[in-house]
Amino acid sequence: MKPIQGIGRGDRRRRLKNVLALGSLHLIALIAVAPLFFIFSYVIYRGVPNLNFDFFTQLPKPAGEVGGGMANAIGGSLVLVGVASLFGIPWGIAAGIYLSEYKLGFTTKALRFVTDLLTSVPSIVIGIFAYAVVVAPLKAYSALAGSFALFIIMIPIVARTTEEILKLMPQHVREAGLALGLPRWKVILRIVLPGCLSGLTTGVMLAIARISGETAPLLFTAFSNDFGFRGLTQPVASLPVQIYNYASSNDELWRAKAWTGALVLVMIVFLVNLLTRIIMKSQSSRS
Amino acid sequence: MSIVELAGVPPPPQILRAENLSAYFDKFQAVKSISLGIPQNEVQALIGPSGCGKSTFIRTLNRLHEEIPGAWVDGAVYLENDNIYLRGTNAVDVRRKIGMVFQKPNPFPSLSIYDNVVAGLRLAGIRRKSLLDEVVEKSLHQAALWVEVKDKLKKAGTSLSGGQQQRLCIARALAVSPRILLMDEPTSALDPISTAKIEELVVNLRKDLTIIIVTHNMQQAARISSQTAFFLMGELVENGPTKKIFTKPKDPRTEQYITGRFG
Repeated sequence: MKPIQGIGRGDRRRRLKNVLALGSLHLIALIAVAPLFFIFSYVIYRGVPNLNFDFFTQLPKPAGEVGGGMANAIGGSLVLVGVASLFGIPWGIAAGIYLSEYKLGFTTKALRFVTDLLTSVPSIVIGIFAYAVVVAPLKAYSALAGSFALFIIMIPIVARTTEEILKLMPQHVREAGLALGLPRWKVILRIVLPGCLSGLTTGVMLAIARISGETAPLLFTAFSNDFGFRGLTQPVASLPVQIYNYASSNDELWRAKAWTGALVLVMIVFLVNLLTRIIMKSQSSRS
Repeated sequence: MSIVELAGVPPPPQILRAENLSAYFDKFQAVKSISLGIPQNEVQALIGPSGCGKSTFIRTLNRLHEEIPGAWVDGAVYLENDNIYLRGTNAVDVRRKIGMVFQKPNPFPSLSIYDNVVAGLRLAGIRRKSLLDEVVEKSLHQAALWVEVKDKLKKAGTSLSGGQQQRLCIARALAVSPRILLMDEPTSALDPISTAKIEELVVNLRKDLTIIIVTHNMQQAARISSQTAFFLMGELVENGPTKKIFTKPKDPRTEQYITGRFG
């Protein structure tokens, strides 16, 4: 018998190649996530000094005065994103179900095309649209108009991710449901959707994160105020717009607070994300 | 031994009868004008080489074929005296009476073993716990799975092994008490031991319902069926008592296939 080959020069070269390939993959991965860490740490570095309890509970103070917070913007953002999600999530998921489950030829293709188009429309254009259909007729900036703009932005994102997630569910699972004598809509709502729950949640979370940071469509819809939420028909502040206003001001204190606002915005998105995942996990381990 | 083979006894009543049944995918005709009667409380095997239309045929029997975009059917299938393809007949009602088990085990994801079995009943609006409990135990017994899972009914259906999953799918199909169970190559993805278990339970199920099974495995057809139909290129070449098909087939093509000369 011949001795087993493997300690020779060729083998050493192969191992070297392997190390190089693996190393460069690690490096590329590192480069890809580096900006995230950089942004995160810099936002923390600049935002933490002004982060205190007052920031969450107090209304803004005039420029030049020490103290005050962004309670108006934090509350406003929660309302805007909440109302938009309340309508945008079911609407988007319904559209996604239609795209994935009902292959009606032309209508489905047309809808998918329009959805993709809507995703790529700049958000400021959607802001103008919301201005035209909500602000102009009501003759006032309002939380409603802001929510409406965010809602429009949300639909195509949720719809397309829902479609992609539902497509991952094998066809034979649907057939098993149909073969039990269940109507198609029940198979989709009671078997396919629950089976895709974690994927759907991720898609929805991404959409929420995206609209939480939108500034442009809120500038001339929700506008802003300094006194917090006063009803859906009134203007309302939001974190992105407040950050925008503060960051572009001449006041040094305001500019510092813009960083804190950014930190709070990132934290809210992060917390919502984390919370949802924990709830999902505890539910899936229970069943 | 099948009743059919005993001389002098009238043939058993036919529970299901396909008449001039053709199935299409757009313009392609996969099943060509097949007429076939299925004896009640027997096991009917459908054999033939890949692409011969036996799977498409079995999927027309519970109107699942038409769920594929572009697929359509011509002809009639009588469940006792009712044509399931009669205009106005709801496919959902047909599938309540004619259940199906697929090639790949496909338990519903995210549902427990218990919830998988009762899915058909629960989603049809039946909520009474005592009734559901009873059905779960009975169906899992029929599927020869009860002993293995009775202490972990709350575990996910997908946590079981492949063979167990397939028996879970059989229990799920049985839970809605169908008259007929269609099985489309139910053991082709399983190991020999799991296969043997399923063959055994199929034979035992015969007293409760009628079974139609598509199989690639001719020994399997010989072991468990009382009547066998041989399909080739979308046509029904021959149908008869299993023993006869495997020993004295009428058609030379059947003989060639069962002796392994093609397919």
